[in-house]
Amino acid sequence: MSRFVIEGLRTVCGGPFSFLVERDECVALSGPSGCGKTLLLRALADLDPTEGTVSLDGADRNAMSAPQWRKQVGWLPAEAAWWADAVGDHFGGRRSEDGGQKDSATGKKQQAPTPLVSKIGKGEALALRSAKLQRSCLEQLGFEQDVLEWRIERLSTGEKQRLALVRLLLNEPKVLLLDEPTAALDVSNVWKVEEVIAEYRNATGAAVVWVSHNPEQIARVADRHLELWKEMA
Amino acid sequence: MSGIIQLSPFDLSLAALLVIALALVTRRLQLGIGRKLLWNATRTVIQLSLIGFVLKALFASSSPLWVVLMALVMLLGAGREVRARQKHPLRGGWGFGVGLSAMFVSSFAVAVLALTVVVGPEPWYAPRYAIPLLGMMLGNTMTGLSLSLNHLTQNVRQNRAVIETRLALGQTKSEAIDDIRRESVRTGLIPIINSMAAAGLVSLPGMMTGQILAGNPPLDAVKYQILIMFLIAGGTGFGTLAAVWMTSLRLFDDRHRLRLDRLKG
Repeated sequence: MSRFVIEGLRTVCGGPFSFLVERDECVALSGPSGCGKTLLLRALADLDPTEGTVSLDGADRNAMSAPQWRKQVGWLPAEAAWWADAVGDHFGGRRSEDGGQKDSATGKKQQAPTPLVSKIGKGEALALRSAKLQRSCLEQLGFEQDVLEWRIERLSTGEKQRLALVRLLLNEPKVLLLDEPTAALDVSNVWKVEEVIAEYRNATGAAVVWVSHNPEQIARVADRHLELWKEMA
Repeated sequence: MSGIIQLSPFDLSLAALLVIALALVTRRLQLGIGRKLLWNATRTVIQLSLIGFVLKALFASSSPLWVVLMALVMLLGAGREVRARQKHPLRGGWGFGVGLSAMFVSSFAVAVLALTVVVGPEPWYAPRYAIPLLGMMLGNTMTGLSLSLNHLTQNVRQNRAVIETRLALGQTKSEAIDDIRRESVRTGLIPIINSMAAAGLVSLPGMMTGQILAGNPPLDAVKYQILIMFLIAGGTGFGTLAAVWMTSLRLFDDRHRLRLDRLKG
């Protein structure tokens, strides 16, 4: 069974698209600007109404709720938005990083009846795993832990782009839809991002659809290359 | 009530000079609002004169049918006004329907409750009580609704990237729009909260002023004013909540997609 299967998908400016991406495979997507690459990624993340079927590990997108689908089919927009004041507010696993808050929290938990404690224990293990993932992602992309306290307005465009990738990976998606994820980065950071994505792909078997304009990057990261053409009506 | 001083048409035209002077000044400043000012001042004269006659006839007949008819006309007018005051209302019948149903459940319900339980005139729909009460409820709820809905739709349009990034990260439509929705409800409630704070200290509310001018004892006027303030707060608050919730749900479809195409451009 293929990881990610697209059949007869029509967006407002093109299609029908039919292709599939296997586990641990990276498919590059390129084409002139305005040919609907972003619209195609949005359609795959089910953010626009479209015709056609998309399925993940054999399960149709309509068989699950849209938020469930999007947690597994993660879209990284070219310019991801930020809404809270601090970077850490956008990450799920922030609490367990914060020493003081954790202490007071565990103090309360000990008073809870036994079955609840075991449930919380399981949740904590999960939180610990995601905290670990977060730390390693941040480190590899060149951030210290204190980046979680940084104000959003202090971030450069490139920092925002790298942190948006971390935020996405913390959901542990099974498919990554990347819209020019290195467009705002300098060379050394481009390498770091490519490395992090490759490692994530190997470790989790994620399928990757990578929009890029750079032929060298496509040669470096992609197993296959799809090109979109603008149809002249 | 015998102590009231009658106003002559000449007195009113003196007051009208103020509006005309204001229109001339705004014209000089090129604010582009003078024509609107004059037109709506004219509307005030026409509408209020007409309603004076209507109320006179209504009070004389006191048939429930006429009261209901009058209430419906007021409700429809308020619904139209809520839609007209938004820059980007929902398309189709929704923009009108949301405001209408929110005002129906809040203003109507609160007014009926106040008439039957609190004030208790005989009969409870006596137009002398029912129509002014409903009018004040609708007028204030209408302001709250249009402020909050305008805030909601404008902010959703401006923050499209934020909402869609949040959706893309697996948040539900409610999570993705929660901040904006709360801020919108707050925006709608600010006028009534402010006027409760300033009542008596800075401003003497219109209804109370009217009663005092008409020669009623100030303490009676105060009691009515307090009642009205609370009714308005309740009506505006619940109406705003209902309208903001309905509109925010309509902005998404069943797959939690943001549907800005449902707003007028």
